[in-house]
Amino acid sequence: MSLDQSPDQTTELTMDKAQPRLLDAMSQGLLGTRLSRPEGALKVTGRAAYAAEHLPDNLATGVLVRATITKGKVSHIDSDGAKAMKGVLAVFNGDPLVRNPAQGQAGEAPAQVLPEVHYFGQPIALVVASTFEQARAAAQSMTVTYEEEDAEVEPATASTVDKPKKSQSDTGDLEGALRDAATAIDVTYATAPHTSAAMEPHASVAEWKDGRLTLHGSYQMLKHNLAELADALDMSEDNVRILAPYVGGGFGSKLGIAPEAVAAAHAARELKRPVRVVMGRDQVFQMTLRRSETTQRIRLGCDASGRMTALAHEDRVSNLPGEAFSEPVAQGTHFLYGGENRRFTHEVARIHRPGTGSVRAPGEAVGMIALECAMDELAEATGIDPIELRVMNMRETTPADGLPYSERGLERCLREGAARFGWDGRRPAAQRLDGDWWIGMGVASAVRTNQMEESVARVTLQSDGTALVETDMTDIGTGSYAILTQIAGEMLGLPAKKVRVRIGDSDLPKSSGSGGSFGAQSCGSAVFLACKGLREWIADKLDVSPADLTLRDGVATGGNVQMSLADFAGLPQTSEGHVKPGDTADDFAIAGYGAHFAEVGVHADTGEVRVRRMLGIFSIGRVLNRLTAESQCHGAMIWGIGSALTEELMHDPRDGRIVNHNLAEYHVPVHLDVPQLDAILLEDTRDDQANPIQAKGIGELGISGAAASIGNAVFNACGVRVRDFPMTPDKIIAGLPDRP
Amino acid sequence: MDVTLSINGTDHRLDLDPRVTVLDALRHHLGLTGTKKGCDHGQCGACTVLLNGRRVNSCLTLAVMHDGDEITTIESLGSPDALNPLQDAFVRNDGFQCGYCTPGQIMSATAMLQEAEDGWPSYISRSLETDPDLTDEEIAERMSGNLCRCSAYPRIRQAIAEVRDARGMAAE
Repeated sequence: MSLDQSPDQTTELTMDKAQPRLLDAMSQGLLGTRLSRPEGALKVTGRAAYAAEHLPDNLATGVLVRATITKGKVSHIDSDGAKAMKGVLAVFNGDPLVRNPAQGQAGEAPAQVLPEVHYFGQPIALVVASTFEQARAAAQSMTVTYEEEDAEVEPATASTVDKPKKSQSDTGDLEGALRDAATAIDVTYATAPHTSAAMEPHASVAEWKDGRLTLHGSYQMLKHNLAELADALDMSEDNVRILAPYVGGGFGSKLGIAPEAVAAAHAARELKRPVRVVMGRDQVFQMTLRRSETTQRIRLGCDASGRMTALAHEDRVSNLPGEAFSEPVAQGTHFLYGGENRRFTHEVARIHRPGTGSVRAPGEAVGMIALECAMDELAEATGIDPIELRVMNMRETTPADGLPYSERGLERCLREGAARFGWDGRRPAAQRLDGDWWIGMGVASAVRTNQMEESVARVTLQSDGTALVETDMTDIGTGSYAILTQIAGEMLGLPAKKVRVRIGDSDLPKSSGSGGSFGAQSCGSAVFLACKGLREWIADKLDVSPADLTLRDGVATGGNVQMSLADFAGLPQTSEGHVKPGDTADDFAIAGYGAHFAEVGVHADTGEVRVRRMLGIFSIGRVLNRLTAESQCHGAMIWGIGSALTEELMHDPRDGRIVNHNLAEYHVPVHLDVPQLDAILLEDTRDDQANPIQAKGIGELGISGAAASIGNAVFNACGVRVRDFPMTPDKIIAGLPDRP
Repeated sequence: MDVTLSINGTDHRLDLDPRVTVLDALRHHLGLTGTKKGCDHGQCGACTVLLNGRRVNSCLTLAVMHDGDEITTIESLGSPDALNPLQDAFVRNDGFQCGYCTPGQIMSATAMLQEAEDGWPSYISRSLETDPDLTDEEIAERMSGNLCRCSAYPRIRQAIAEVRDARGMAAE
């Protein structure tokens, strides 16, 4: 069916109150199991086609050209010279090219500022040629002249610093409480800027037909991307279709429409032939959004028993002038621990480094490094066990607003994790030498705010008794194909092979898309509601109440009747589900919780750190697919290893450019950096306030706090407290103790 | 320039710009897009193919240098309906997430298992003389040229270890 046809039925829900645990009453036994990815066979055989792999006839290739100044104006581009080169078809250098990708959920075009230049590496032109080699050679040989202006690139000394009003707060008497505290600490942490570095570079193939644009793109949130792309091209959304059935990793970098998509679409429109633009790896580093560097001052004070009376988390991040996003560093700190005297300040330095945006777990990924290492410092200063100190400082309601918590498994995760990891074997700092390695253990809490977003999905019960699930949701490696199959199969009593999932097409009903760990729960809730509607339709046909209906293995049982789903009259039946967030999001503090445990070795001579063991244990409400959820935990914990030990974008202090714009110099973890991990998801948890399927996000929770557990393990191993992440050997070596 | 590449057992005669890499010959000129481009710099391993039986980064070598050479890509290993043992192990163990680095991981693992069977030591092998024990750490060392940003590393190695065991290869 097409977009404008209405479904046979619609089920809507605004999440104003807890819903019955309907999924627990189902009998298929598919949800929560370790179902392997339905699209897996296509991926392991190379048959899953990613954006750049659509090869329409007469395809031309475009290569983006980058600014080689930090700030100023392009005064001249030698496009005639480029056009004289073999195979070159055109050079585009002005509107509608965009400065940087849209921020997540922006829904409008990113800044279009040419001929102005706002950062080193900004796209300033697109060269299109018949082949990739021709376009690349022309792009590299292009002569560009500029009018250059001075630019500030250092966050610490920036002259323009915004202090967004909603992110500042001061409660009670912080200084007084710190003065009166039995123990107080005042420490400043720094974290380096990070990049998403998805393995698939940003790529778009644009084709026009009868005034309508089809873009094969690598994007996470199609309904927003549609609006952003249409706005950038000054056209109606109705004439744009984006296809992204397979996305080679996102991690936030593909939330918003990016320069290559707008450039490809524009060039294809002008040249009247399909155009492919793929960013080079160096361009992915330079012209997509990075995670901001942070400086974070943490002050904590507690009484003689360890109960916290004071907590302050004050940070500075950066972004380009005019960008609305700023890394919400203290997001988790607001509600994790008590301390009645509190202060939060948040500063955004306006500088001309490449723009910043959401990278996996914006906020907690770096905020929890400072908070959870500072908690370890407080534990050390008071002599209280780090786990006991954390548990002691959990409060019954949120410190700021007095809101009740929904499901909160923090204490359980800390205690169960400690038992499984062998925490009681931890010794005081710098007492355990194994050969050349100081060995130590560290712990950190994990927390990540949870949200559901509006989503629509359509489920059709087909004439053959199978189900078709359709939404514009994406699968960026998270497991959407699997979990949507499972939710529909569980609700409709169908085995996985009788459910087909069609996603990644902007012509389908509009979901949350993938981002902020809300995809599975939001889109999954919409699929759940659509299926709930179908259950009611089936029950009605059998003349029983939905509660008395059993659906299993393609057979409906109700009253004294048993009937195969394929035998129902009136099929196909199309049902839409539509979920919206509601009052529970305001009435409760809803978050995922967990605990990280790390054991590291620190080389006694070089200061090199190796992670020996790592355990993450998480409480996320209902687990939709244990296999893919554990994989998300692994990935997130390994991102924690990267941010703890190796990941660091380096900016030239003179012009802000990213100098290590490749995977040989920006060090993401590799196989040998990662031991086998323990990732545990608590079995029996449900969050009734989160959404009608009682599930919460996992892809970001697993990184939040992970690096801090490694930082705390480094201290426990060798007695060196590193407050500047990543903890490269140069920051450790000077403080290493003598061997006994 | 004219060049004949033997790809997955079939000869392909191509007239190529000398700047075309083996990777781009596969992806852009032959429609064999199972081999992925992650960095185009030999830094990520997504483009790994077998060249005369040895694993190489296909982005780092020009197609015109390989007249008559045999190239093996992911498309030749198995089909969605008939996965080979390594592909099947990747699916069952969830040895991937987004799937983009996966063909490279599988091609690399294919060659790596053969290298170990042939007795090749790695940087961390305890002996240069005796057959290596293909432990988890040995697999990790030998696979470290293949990046996975989803970081499916633990389960990629579990998948490989399963095939190692099925082939009766030693691991203490």
